[in-house]
Parts: sequence; structure tokens; C-alpha cells
Amino acid sequence: MAQLSVRSLIKRFDGLTALNNFNLDVDEGEIVGLIGPNGSGKTTFFNVLSGIYPADGGEVFFDNHSENLLKLKTHQIIGLGIARTFQIQRPFNNLSVLENLMIGGHCRTQAGLFSALINLASARKEREQLKAHAREVMALFGNRLRSVEMNPAWTLSYANRRRLEIARALVSDGKLLLIDEPTAGMNPAESLQLAQTIQAINKKGMAVLVIEHDMKFIKKLCPRVVALDYGQKIVEGTYAEVRSHPKVIEAYLGRD
Amino acid sequence: MKLVNPKDKTKLDDLAGGSQAGTQERKQNPLVRMAELFARFKWHLKLLIVFACLMIPLVVSSNYAMRIIIYIGLYIVLALGLNVVMGFTGLLNIGHAAFYAVGAYTTAILMVKYGMSFWLTIPVGMFFGVLLGIVLGFPTLRVRDDYLAIVTLGFGQIVYITANNWMGLTRGPRGIPGIPAPRLGFSDFQIVLESYPAYYYLILLFVFITIYACVRIKDSRVGLAWMAIREDEDVAAVMGINLVYYKTMAFGFSAALGALAGSFFAVFQSFVSPNSFTILESVIIITIPILGGLGSIPGTIIGAIIMIGGPELFRAASEYRMVIMGAFMVIMMIVRPQGLFGKKLYQPTYKI
Repeated sequence: MAQLSVRSLIKRFDGLTALNNFNLDVDEGEIVGLIGPNGSGKTTFFNVLSGIYPADGGEVFFDNHSENLLKLKTHQIIGLGIARTFQIQRPFNNLSVLENLMIGGHCRTQAGLFSALINLASARKEREQLKAHAREVMALFGNRLRSVEMNPAWTLSYANRRRLEIARALVSDGKLLLIDEPTAGMNPAESLQLAQTIQAINKKGMAVLVIEHDMKFIKKLCPRVVALDYGQKIVEGTYAEVRSHPKVIEAYLGRD
Repeated sequence: MKLVNPKDKTKLDDLAGGSQAGTQERKQNPLVRMAELFARFKWHLKLLIVFACLMIPLVVSSNYAMRIIIYIGLYIVLALGLNVVMGFTGLLNIGHAAFYAVGAYTTAILMVKYGMSFWLTIPVGMFFGVLLGIVLGFPTLRVRDDYLAIVTLGFGQIVYITANNWMGLTRGPRGIPGIPAPRLGFSDFQIVLESYPAYYYLILLFVFITIYACVRIKDSRVGLAWMAIREDEDVAAVMGINLVYYKTMAFGFSAALGALAGSFFAVFQSFVSPNSFTILESVIIITIPILGGLGSIPGTIIGAIIMIGGPELFRAASEYRMVIMGAFMVIMMIVRPQGLFGKKLYQPTYKI
């Protein structure tokens, strides 16, 4: 069985059906590209999956959890192993890079109010481990995050903030990473480097679901591509198959 | 084989505008630098400060000055408590005096009516404070920003009006007089803490406990979760932070400190009445962390010294001293809106 299986997912915004019986399977350790014109429901799908929007119908199953994911609260989802980044970048602006990453590990740590107040050794140890883990994740991005780890996130460059968001999601040790338009605002060399980073993340056994408009990036990164239009899956297959499919061309360019 | 990207070695990106801007901001700001220096003080310097605090009653002889210093301590506890909700978690609370009142009335009623020891009334007061904090915490989970301000304002008024009208419990506007002084020791070996230095040491103990708790919590997993909520609630939830739990916890923690200050106030004044817990009281408490810099612990302490000690300096100007304080606040907010020790917070121009 697939790691993530989405069954006839429906999301309506008043009269607009953003997701209309959307189906998707993602296997363990797979990289899947999600493409489609603006407004086709890609980001809405991520928002429903991560619990920001309640769904209007359908089922989502993840990993070995028998429960329907859509019934969970927002904060419970990352604990199952689904972490995400945002299309419009949203780092915790006034916190340092390191603190941002440590918040990503919130679901993997336990220390509460009282262990903090009495400065319990276990809480201190947990914090040190989390810091070390956050720095490990930073190392994936070379020196770019590491050299600014004490700076507040708002001082980072656009591309670095994207890296920060990915790193923050990675600290949660998830099994599936949802990345929403990672290369926006990056130059070609940086996108290439990012593609390599995502491949490195994937090699560690993490499945990746990526929304992207940059077709070169998709071509390089994703063995399987899913095209969406009007909230429905129109085509699914390899990049070459999807690219030349008449339905995809129609969705992007319209019919003659 | 290890993949080495030549771009990793160039630090062009890391040197670009953004990251530099951060260092610049920190360098330009002497007060923030001072606060950071303070945080980095070695233990013996901290010990020196503690020692200096202990020496104060030996140096200051006038009862009037001692009274003001004790009040400064009291407001440090109150403001640090409020700072947890406003500075760390980013929730506006214009009803902090409500928790203060609960602590004060709990101690007053338990000591006068039931003859309980002061020390036992503290945990009871804090318990009721936390309970009230949680009660306030729940409705505030559904409202944000300006609406939250109005809800907390209303909450503060409810507690004040209750204290004013529940004759059976609080004796209403007549208040509860004759609250005995706290005692240390047992049976024949009892010390009654009723001199000003004794009260000073008591509040100093509470101040140290509060500072310790705030420093610890700020630098913990809970503090980080609170600050994440302050920065961006939605993202915090996606990152696995249970908003209901952590917001309620912030209110509860803040309320416990408020109630602690209230308990002290009751024995120090030996009289409580609703007039001590009006909306003006909440406003005074709010101005302290804002003046000192929201989220900053040393800032809040300095803020309390200025806000409570300041008006006394202008005693000679009688009625005009409040005008002077008011003008000072206005100028402060224009010149340094982030407060004395506050870091300039980055606010995105739009929210999604």
C-alpha cells in the first residue's frame, strides 16, 4: 500500500470547488511533482493535507495509521510525519535561524513547563540533542544557514528563507515532505543546488511532494509528475509523458 | 563520494544585505547591547547584584523610600507575569489586575476569616489565579488582536465588579481590613514580618523567584513554542504546537505570578478593597513591559523602576507629576516604540 493515499478529496470555497474528487498515491521514498496552472488547487491540497483548511469530503490515509488524517487537528499532523513549507514564505521572523529549526522539532520533544522550571537534566539534554539535530539539518545546506544561525530570520535573503523553511520542516523527522514552490526567487544555479539538496533528503528515505512551476526543476527532480486542473488530477506519469499530453497543454494554453 | 558544490564555499549570499542588516541593528542599539551584556554576566557579577539588593534596607533609612522600593518589587512581579502573555506569547491582556485581585482577596479572606498562615494562602491564591487564567484563556483562543483586547478588558471589569458587589465574600467597597502580618517559625519561636525591611526581603524573594522562572521558561521548549505563536499562529500550529494548550498555559503561568503579587499586596497593605484593582491598575501594569521592551526581562525590571519610581521623583511638582509621566510616555513611544530594551520586531506588511 502506498504511504500516502488520498481518496476523492473535496474542498469547496463557497461556490468554487478547489478540489474535486482528487486522488493521489505517494509511495515510500518517492519524489512526486505536482504541476498545474494557477488556481488549479495545488496549494489548497497542501493546506487541506496539513490541516489548515477543513476538507469537505474524502479520506486521507498516511503510513500505518488507520485513522483518517482529515479528522485530526492541525498540530497533530506533523507528529505523524507530514511536514511542509509555505508558498509565501513564513519563517518565524523575529526568532533566530536556530530557534526556527528547533521549533520544527517541537513534535519530537516532550519537555513541559515544570521540567523547564526546575531545570531538569533530561529537559536540558533533550534541548542539546535538538540543537545538535538542527545543526545536522543545517549542514544539508552547506554553510548558508550555519553561518547565520544566530541571526533573526527576517534578516535572511529570500533564497535563504526558503532553505530555512525546508530545514525547519526537516527537523521534525517526518516521512513525507510537502514543498510548495521552492525555487521562487532563486537563480538557476541556486535551483539546481536545491534540487540536489532535495535529492539528498530523499535518499535518506523521505518521500517528497513538490509543487513547482519551473519545469526544468521538475524534470530534473521528479520521476513521477501529477498534473492538476480545476481540482482534479488530469494526467499522471513520467515528466515526458505529462509534458506532451494534450490535456496538460490544454490546461496551460487553452484549446485552439 | 561526497558531493562538494563549489558554491558552498562562496559566502556571497550570506554576506548579502539581509544578514548584515541584523548585525547593524544590534550594533546601533546601545540599550539592547547592554541587555545582552547583562544576560552574559558571569555568576559572580550576578551575585554582586543580589548582594547589592540585599544591602538596600541597610542604606535606605526612610520608610517612605522603602515603601516605594517595595512597590517597585511588587510591580516587577506583576509586570514580568504580564510579560509572559504579552511579550512571549504576543497576546494582549488588559485585565491583568484581575489575577492580582484574586491573589490579594484569597490571602485576605483566608487569613482574616479562617486564620490561615500567609505561606499557605500563596499556593491557594496561585491555584485560583491559574484557574481564572484558564477560564480567561479559553474564550481568548477564538479571538485575536483588537477583539482579544476587548475580551480581556471586560474580564478585568467582571472581576472588579464582582469584588465590589459580592458583599458576603469581599465586603464590597468597604474592603477587608486587618490582614495580619506574615509570621515565620512556629509556636514560641515566631518572627512577625511587619517592618519595612522584612517586607522588602519578602518581595525580593518573590522577585528572584519570578525572574528565575521567567528566564528558565523563556529558554525552554515551552518558551520557544510561545514565541512561535507570537510570530505566526498558523505556522506554529502546522509545526505541531497545540495552540489551545500553550495559550492557556501562558495565561495560567501569568496568572500565577499575578496572584503571587496579590498575596504580597494583601499582607503589605493589611487592607484590600476593590479600588486597588481598577482598570487603571491594569493599564499601569501594561505600560511597564511596553516601556521596558516587550519580551525583555531586564527591560521589564527597568520599566517597573521607571514607572513606579519615576512619579515619586517629581513629588515636588504635585499634580503635574502625572502630566510629566504622561509626556514622557508619549515621547518614549515616538522615539523608541519598541521600548527601552526591546528589539525592534520585524512586522510583515501583510498577513495571509
